[in-house]
Amino acid sequence: MTEVLSTHGLVAGYGDFQALYDVDVEVHEGEAVALIGANGAGKSTFLRAVMGLLPVAPDMVHFDGAPVGGTPTDRMVQKGVAIVPEGRRLFTGMSVSDNLRVAIDQSSRFERKGCWTLSRLYQLFPILEEKARTPVESLSGGQQQMVSIGRALLCQPRLLLCDEISLGLAPRVVREIYAALPEVRAQGTSVVLVEQDVGLAKSASDRLYCMLEGRVTLSGRSEEITREQIGEAYFGGGHAVG
Amino acid sequence: MQWVDALVQGILLGGMYAQYALGMALMFGVMRIVNVSHGDLVILLSLIGISLASSFGLGPFAVMAALVPLALAFGWILQRAVLNRVVGEDPLPSLIATFGLSLALQNLMLQIWSANSRSLPGGGLESRSIEIGGIYIGLLPVIVLLVAAGLTLGLDLMLKRMRFGRALRAASADVEAAAMTGVNPKSVYAMATAIAVGILGFAAVFQSLRSTVAPADGGAQLIYAFEAVIIGGMGSVWGAFAGSMVLGVAQAVGFRIDPGFGVLSGHIVFLLVLALRPQGLFGRA
Ligand SMILES: Nc1ncnc2c1ncn2[C@@H]1O[C@H](COP(=O)(O)OP(=O)(O)OP(=O)(O)O)[C@@H](O)[C@H]1O
Ligand SMILES: [Mg+2]
Repeated sequence: MTEVLSTHGLVAGYGDFQALYDVDVEVHEGEAVALIGANGAGKSTFLRAVMGLLPVAPDMVHFDGAPVGGTPTDRMVQKGVAIVPEGRRLFTGMSVSDNLRVAIDQSSRFERKGCWTLSRLYQLFPILEEKARTPVESLSGGQQQMVSIGRALLCQPRLLLCDEISLGLAPRVVREIYAALPEVRAQGTSVVLVEQDVGLAKSASDRLYCMLEGRVTLSGRSEEITREQIGEAYFGGGHAVG
Repeated sequence: MQWVDALVQGILLGGMYAQYALGMALMFGVMRIVNVSHGDLVILLSLIGISLASSFGLGPFAVMAALVPLALAFGWILQRAVLNRVVGEDPLPSLIATFGLSLALQNLMLQIWSANSRSLPGGGLESRSIEIGGIYIGLLPVIVLLVAAGLTLGLDLMLKRMRFGRALRAASADVEAAAMTGVNPKSVYAMATAIAVGILGFAAVFQSLRSTVAPADGGAQLIYAFEAVIIGGMGSVWGAFAGSMVLGVAQAVGFRIDPGFGVLSGHIVFLLVLALRPQGLFGRA
């Protein structure tokens, strides 16, 4: 399988604080990869480093075989990487459809074309069509998460990075959102899922990586990794994860 | 009758202030960039326009046709060369950078044009007026008001309906998230500042037709623009337009009470709004 994304000895941090140490991660074409780890393990930092939101050396991140580390974020999107960021980060003061249109405006100018349209997205999340003219700040958490996912999809990504899309949502809403993943993957889009919910991460991914204090402590096929292995990698001790 | 007259003259004066305020609404209200050199740019453009008129014998509208593209270019360069380096969450760096620019521009203008007041010959346009029910309405102020309304409408439509406007609003709401959606914030900001300063090209022509300009006058324009944006409410161009009318009327009414009280009365209304309704008269809470 061809690699879409790979990182090689990725280091990144905030000022003097180093948050990632030699992180090697690979994502293949069409694959779903989960990234798990405790609070502060460096999962979001990893995604930010890939997106060009933190300074990293060019060789540390490869996309489609080319070094792209440190490429400006908007150029990464143009190359085909989109992110559903931690905290959703919607454009407040703008309606649902305007939030989504920002992505369409940009991606319609990319050379690379994709299959996502507004009507297709509304099929995936029908509630968004109903709320199209509503300001995003008055949506529920789940609906906001759908807008954030929709905005990323309308960037026509070949690789979609999702940062804790289940956080703070009711189980029913989480299921609804995760139910959209197969359709995303059916387009050949690779996915990186950062998740706190280990069970969810395991079941929704082909492979997983576990991080602890800025390092990858475990990686392998999701179905083969045991709870005990994860517990150890998660906390660096012999704990099990419930 | 004299109060009706004050109201009418105030609204017409507001048209002039709106032309300063629109660019400010875009930069300060939408991008959170404090451009202290805003007023000095009006004066610089005015002086360039006056020199163009006298060197090439251009009429006011030919001067406008030359100044607006020049102003657009100034704005674009200002953002690319200076403001994009200092723009961010913290408005202080942009404030300091443009404060320096303001001083530099004033000195430059003094060197080139001296401290004298000048104005743009309008070929009689500036003195024509019509009388309606005992109130004299100057033709030029009416044109100024109409142009201001047209610019406001255009800017509002651009922000709401156009690709560029959506990208700008997105970047203003969350720069990083906008970049994550494929927007290049620096080029969007460069375009926005180009438009903000471009509008000053219109303002410069009307300002120098209506009255005189001198290198040190920029401070007053800056304050009026700032007050209009705050009175109207940040982030809305129609708010800035309405705020300009309120400021103009406050000054005109104050002037009728006592000629020395005109400008001061505008400041008082501004302070009252700031104290009682800090989000502005037309802003959201
Ligand atoms: N903006 C920042 N400035 C300084 N340190 C930061 C910043 N953001 C994160 N960190 C630190 O970097 C480390 C990794 O944080 P990161 O947000 O990547 O963790 P995470 O795995 O995403 O955690 P969570 O599950 O809580 O989202 C933490 O120690 C955190 O305190
Ligand atoms: Mg995180």
